[in-house]
Amino acid sequence: MAESGVLSILSEGGFVVLVLSCILIVITFGVLMLSVARLFSAKAKAPLTKAKSLPYECGLEEEEKENSRVPVQFYLTAILFILFDIEIIFLYPWALSFRDFLARGEGLEVLLAMVIFLFIFVYGLFWEIFSKALSWK
Amino acid sequence: MDLFEITINLIKIAVIFLLMVQMVPLLVWVERRGSAFIQNRFGPNRIGPLGLVQNLADLVKFLCKEDFLGHKGRKGFFYAAPVLSLIPAALAFGAIPLSTPIKVEAFHWLGQSWGPYIFHFQSFVMGIGIVFVLGVSSLAVYSLLLAGWSSGSKFSLYGALRASAQAISYELALSLSIVGVILLFNTFSFSEMVTAQTGPLSFHFFGEVVTISFLPNWGIFYQPLGAILLFVALFAEANRLPFDLPEAEAELVAGYHTEYSGVKIIMFYMGEYGHMLVASALMVTFYFGGYTFWPFLTPEKINLFLSSLSPTWNSVLTAFILHGVFMFKLLFFLWIFIWVRWTLPRFRYDQLMDLGWKTLLPWALVNTVITGICVFLFA
Repeated sequence: MAESGVLSILSEGGFVVLVLSCILIVITFGVLMLSVARLFSAKAKAPLTKAKSLPYECGLEEEEKENSRVPVQFYLTAILFILFDIEIIFLYPWALSFRDFLARGEGLEVLLAMVIFLFIFVYGLFWEIFSKALSWK
Repeated sequence: MDLFEITINLIKIAVIFLLMVQMVPLLVWVERRGSAFIQNRFGPNRIGPLGLVQNLADLVKFLCKEDFLGHKGRKGFFYAAPVLSLIPAALAFGAIPLSTPIKVEAFHWLGQSWGPYIFHFQSFVMGIGIVFVLGVSSLAVYSLLLAGWSSGSKFSLYGALRASAQAISYELALSLSIVGVILLFNTFSFSEMVTAQTGPLSFHFFGEVVTISFLPNWGIFYQPLGAILLFVALFAEANRLPFDLPEAEAELVAGYHTEYSGVKIIMFYMGEYGHMLVASALMVTFYFGGYTFWPFLTPEKINLFLSSLSPTWNSVLTAFILHGVFMFKLLFFLWIFIWVRWTLPRFRYDQLMDLGWKTLLPWALVNTVITGICVFLFA
């Protein structure tokens, strides 16, 4: 226990250290592949023309300032995703501890509590579906 | 964890990541040949025997392509996005056990005594297996958005937005199906789930224990609806046909990777096949017994069969045999991914989102409630 510096972090970090080092390994691998490609890739010998550097537009000229409009449906989908994701987060501890409650004889109350919780969300979901908040045109 | 363990773990992480990477050429070959036979033609069969070297030739070609970005793109994020798409798949694949742990007894080597050691066949041994995999798979959305936005082209941006909206919609159905699995196995950790699936199919039925002795205790017999929902949601998470719209050829040219060329597109495909790999591994571990196959191929039975060897070699051989079982099931599911891709037509985008929100999500909620009721009545 009298180690210092990097070794103590490594030896008492648990699996977090392994996760971070896996990320490092993947990034190193990616950077390696990119640099190898940089080494071998063909360099453009012709000067950079305007046509080459325009973004892809099926051959038409680029239209200015049109790209600031994004359909609002994406925003709605993201907000609804957050709400339902939080509901699912509440479901996980319930699912894990359900059998413990069952063993102590309180299973029915716990089950009913979760069914009522889900019912609120199901009601919300069906309201959204019928109010066309989730319809894409 | 001392230095020995850290070194072993780092090497194991690198090896499992490279395992995922090297499955990609194999999968691409299987896809090209398999899709060709489905479409009544031959796939690549000129380069190398059976066309196996085709991928190496393609890789060399991709390496030599020009590295170009239009003037509206942002260089930093443009280069970071393909690398970022590898990270979720690699992390998730590392959390899934590929075989039973190897128990190495104390032995002497090079004059030093190496103690008893348990070598787990997963990069990260954690009790929160499923939650980690879910959290890390959600990070895949970042690389889609980054790729589409930093390309500087409207096609890429819209492709990325549609792809990320699809990904987050199906994550809900994914998480809900996994709630059913957690109710069933009462644990987050993958190894305990696999251990619970060895043995004959047996459950309590109104007080008495019913045992069907010729079927293994697999999750699919307990959760058929959950398995179907999870499978469909995993297809959408991996951006695989029939949910292929982010990469659709006819719709958006190539969606969020229109402006990518050369090795970066190879890395995107690695990420996609990595997600396919994780999806197949999840299906195998939750519903099909993981690395065991009762009644012949469970750790206890193989240990008994090999009991004439020393304990260490017994353990090593058991692990490799069970790893073979896992790989067999994994390849079966990967083939199903490829098969479905070349069989079904692509969904339209609003059909896709409708399926995610209006069909899968309600059915996943129904599945959760029914599983809760069944666990309450029968456990």
